Amino acid sequence: MTLRDIINKLLRRQTASASTARERLQLVLAHDRSDLSTELLDQMRREILEVVAKYVEIDMNEGAVSLETEDRMTALVANLPIKRTLNGQIKLIEPINESEKNSQDVESKDHNS
Amino acid sequence: MATDTRVILICSGKGGVGKTTLTANLGISLARQGLTTAVLDADFGLRNLDLLLGLENRIVYTAQEVLEEECRLDQALVKHKQESNLSLLPAGNPRMLDWLKPDDMKRIVDMLKEQFNYVLIDCPAGVEDGFKNAMAAAQEAIVVTNPEVSAVRDADRVIGLLNTNAIKPVQLVLNRVRPKMMANQEMLSIDDVTDILALPLLGLVLEDEQVIVSTNRGEPLTLNSVNSPAAKCYLNIAKRLQGEDIPLIDPVEESSGFGAKFRRLMQTKIF
Ligand SMILES: Nc1ncnc2c1ncn2[C@@H]1O[C@H](COP(=O)(O)OP(=O)(O)OP(=O)(O)O)[C@@H](O)[C@H]1O
Ligand SMILES: [Mg+2]
Repeated sequence: MTLRDIINKLLRRQTASASTARERLQLVLAHDRSDLSTELLDQMRREILEVVAKYVEIDMNEGAVSLETEDRMTALVANLPIKRTLNGQIKLIEPINESEKNSQDVESKDHNS
Repeated sequence: MATDTRVILICSGKGGVGKTTLTANLGISLARQGLTTAVLDADFGLRNLDLLLGLENRIVYTAQEVLEEECRLDQALVKHKQESNLSLLPAGNPRMLDWLKPDDMKRIVDMLKEQFNYVLIDCPAGVEDGFKNAMAAAQEAIVVTNPEVSAVRDADRVIGLLNTNAIKPVQLVLNRVRPKMMANQEMLSIDDVTDILALPLLGLVLEDEQVIVSTNRGEPLTLNSVNSPAAKCYLNIAKRLQGEDIPLIDPVEESSGFGAKFRRLMQTKIF
């Protein structure tokens, strides 16, 4: 952001159009260069989440997958917030046989309440 | 016979950004530096290079007759009146598009390479067959664009195609630059465009009414009015192409005085 943009913001004027142009271009080019539609991106996001969810606990509704471009290199950037346990550690899901037990635990707890 | 001929594609993706004007002025400027130069009009659908060079009335044969072996190359080449180092190979009939193949363009350019130091290919707009045929014959490219979103986006498409076809170097010419609008941040800056497209900048060309005047006359700016803003830009581009180290002017810095200082301050990046 430039000084001009800030002054414009303070005066509630529109920002200079060059920065808008730059941002719109960067976005549209990231997609042009990858030939990926937003639908495909979303599908990819869901599949990546499923894979990651096998190893760490994440919120399936959170997380974004986007394309970022710099110097003609386009990167697929996945931002997946990992849920943490109360003591601040990343909660790792136990291996499958264990996790089955866990889910039973949860069920029985529900039963009690 | 010239060795090490440089075959340069002048392309843009988007139409009307200034390819033909650049081809004509670069042709004149290189010829003036004593370099034998051929400009090839590869825009068979909508040819214009002849008109910009003022050679439209002197065309007898075209690339078409050369390819069909109805005439020799030197019969089709039109020498420029004042700059004898410059020759135009005119585009043929638009119907050529029905049968023209990339190999045909290669054949034409191979013939031109025997006689010239430079071959400049004026591309049609778009990224379809006309462009692909022209690209097949080129080694390096100049991408022309304007500081506008649509022109930059289309340039990006073309750069992608040039990269996959191993054309290099690919350099950028930013045409129709308006220093005032850039200073006011109402136009994409030079850095914006070069960063986004990630290409080295061969030069910029200022917006200049004289371009239209020179087109009316069929005399490229670089031929006479070398003091017009755009003419200087074209001359610098030709020199840089030849490897001369001509510093780039910053159009915003150029405008001097308090106004410019203030504008520069306003442009200071804060975040
Ligand atoms: N620097 C400039 N200043 C002012 N006008 C310009 C400048 N460059 C080009 N023009 C004008 O823009 C128009 C298009 O230029 P030109 O024919 O060179 O573009 P082009 O890319 O070859 O177009 P096409 O894609 O149709 O072949 C012309 O009217 C020309 O006079
Ligand atoms: Mg043209």
